[in-house]
Amino acid sequence: MDKFVHLDGLVAPLDRANVDTDAIIPKQFLKSIKRSGFGPNLFDEWRYTDIGQPGEDCTNRPINPDFLLNLPRYQGAQILLTRKNFGCGSSREHAPWALLDFGFRVIIAESFADIFFNNCFKNGILPVVLPASEIDALFAEVSAKPGYTLGVDLGQQTVVLPDGRALHFDVDAFRKECLLNGWDDIGLTLRHAEKIRAFEEKRRVEQPWLFATGAGGV
Amino acid sequence: MPQNLYDKLWQSHVVHEESDGTALIYIDRHLVHEVTSPQAFEGLKLTGRKPWRISSIVATADHNTPTNHWERGIEDPVSRLQVETLDANIREVGALAYFPFMDRRQGVVHVVGPENGVTLPGMTVVCGDSHTSTHGAFGCMALGIGTSEVEHVLATQCLLQKKSKAMLYRVDGTLGKGVTAKDVALAIIGRIGTAGGTGYAIEFGGSTIRQLSVEARMTLCNMAIEAGARMGFIAVDERTIEYLKGRPFAPKGEQWDAAVDHWRTLHSDEGAVFDCVLEMRAEDIQPQVTWGTSPEMVVSIGDRVPDPSREMDIARREGMERALHYMGLKANTPISEIVIDKVFIGSCTNSRIEDLRAAASILKGRKVSGSVKLALAVPGSGLVKKQAELEGLDKIFIDAGFEWREAGCSMCLAMNADRLETGERCASTSNRNFEGRQGAGGRTHLVSPEMAAAAAIAGHFTDVRDLL
Repeated sequence: MDKFVHLDGLVAPLDRANVDTDAIIPKQFLKSIKRSGFGPNLFDEWRYTDIGQPGEDCTNRPINPDFLLNLPRYQGAQILLTRKNFGCGSSREHAPWALLDFGFRVIIAESFADIFFNNCFKNGILPVVLPASEIDALFAEVSAKPGYTLGVDLGQQTVVLPDGRALHFDVDAFRKECLLNGWDDIGLTLRHAEKIRAFEEKRRVEQPWLFATGAGGV
Repeated sequence: MPQNLYDKLWQSHVVHEESDGTALIYIDRHLVHEVTSPQAFEGLKLTGRKPWRISSIVATADHNTPTNHWERGIEDPVSRLQVETLDANIREVGALAYFPFMDRRQGVVHVVGPENGVTLPGMTVVCGDSHTSTHGAFGCMALGIGTSEVEHVLATQCLLQKKSKAMLYRVDGTLGKGVTAKDVALAIIGRIGTAGGTGYAIEFGGSTIRQLSVEARMTLCNMAIEAGARMGFIAVDERTIEYLKGRPFAPKGEQWDAAVDHWRTLHSDEGAVFDCVLEMRAEDIQPQVTWGTSPEMVVSIGDRVPDPSREMDIARREGMERALHYMGLKANTPISEIVIDKVFIGSCTNSRIEDLRAAASILKGRKVSGSVKLALAVPGSGLVKKQAELEGLDKIFIDAGFEWREAGCSMCLAMNADRLETGERCASTSNRNFEGRQGAGGRTHLVSPEMAAAAAIAGHFTDVRDLL
């Protein structure tokens, strides 16, 4: 996983609440057995006016000129600003894969759905939760000022506005450490392999039915 | 000190805890399907890691599999490759059980697990699928996870988790005739919203829940994720134990007795404390129909489509207007005047034998309206299908004008050929009415199996209680 330390990036505002993972990456693209290549199909049904097919070259597809990612002023955006409950619905990790592949490294929202929030951290994307009042203010600034950028610093846990004001955000200490260092959390967990094994053995003795190796019992 | 059920489930699975509360949780059962696992298996291979405990894995192919013309195999080459990739991965790695495409026990992973007894009370159950919450019906801590977490569980038998807050949602009283667990779920989501349960583990309790069958409990817990809660669960009682007895992978003999003794402790203690307690009366719940593009956009069958101009909150009003535009509906239209094109009875929410019996009881001796283009009945598994056929339910569906299909996820998410075309409107027993969920431009209304059957007959939504 790529580490995340600091990013100064252009902001794209997606002014909708409850954006679900079906909207972020529609189901037909989930048939891929790879982790990459989902960027061209990010928000596919909003971005294009036809129905996309997996494996199709998207360069000549008819686009919806009003959708924000098609507007010239948001080209190259790396920070997505959105409303509450972003990433609700399906657990598909293809959603953060698509956002990452498109170029987003930070998503700022009033709140996130749990599974999506978790999936972001596994892929080097930083989800930032800010209060509704600050989100409202950011939406107003982004739409008023073309080329609006924010500085996001994970170490300091701050979102720095162009005028130098800093908004603080919370992040779990463990997740922060993993993201700052780009750690592989399987590797981290396997440092506790002896503890896992001991736990498992105790469980096997106490509740052997949980360890059946075939139909009809242990 | 009295503990709630979530405390018990959590504490009995903590292997290790970091100073910020992030814990390693031991995973008892790992359910696997073809869509969210290939990248995880590939990740293992690339890093040279081996699965930690193969006997925890139970796999099936469900999302991509066709529900008719099995003699032709899987015609979509992209879908076929994904299913064959699962075949190859399980062949290489192994599993406690694998129900591949066309196996008689194949089906929707959340139907297959419980009916084979691989989901047992007190387990931690994970799957790369948000509707894993279904298994909470057995007093399990059942979590939907992402693909990176699938790989993590394969490699370490653990999941990194922080403890959620505990919510008790009490429903008391007696449900009226024609009112189902699906209506309870939708009514709860309508009240607390799709983010109402975010950050919580929800225990469903109260006298109404106790009266629900185990299958109905699965429907309710299945929808916990649509309220934003990663987990929904219900205490073990005699119904749970009765359901599990004799299932192929359930314990037998002395182990059964020991297991049952343990399972009987899986409830919240008297006086247990929760972070949040909410209540609802069963008598206040009517058959529900969603009108918008989020499960929280739901009303009772006797109501009208809400009017955004009466909504004071601007963001909510805009969301409602956008939803009405997408759904092709006008504010204040009576729900019973909404005409449908297709009907889908199936999905991990409502495809078990009781769901099929309930729908068939409405369809018996009646016909699907001539204005309905397609009515699909998709059993949750091969075993459900077989049982339904033994009971003659297939004939009732077919005589009424339904297509009787093979098991799979089908039109719940339209990864196979079963889908809505742009603008088509569907009465669906599935769980999500998001834009494009059942096909690009398709319009989904979530209902119970009984209400879907009633809509099929009328050609528009109608109160199933008038047909009882």
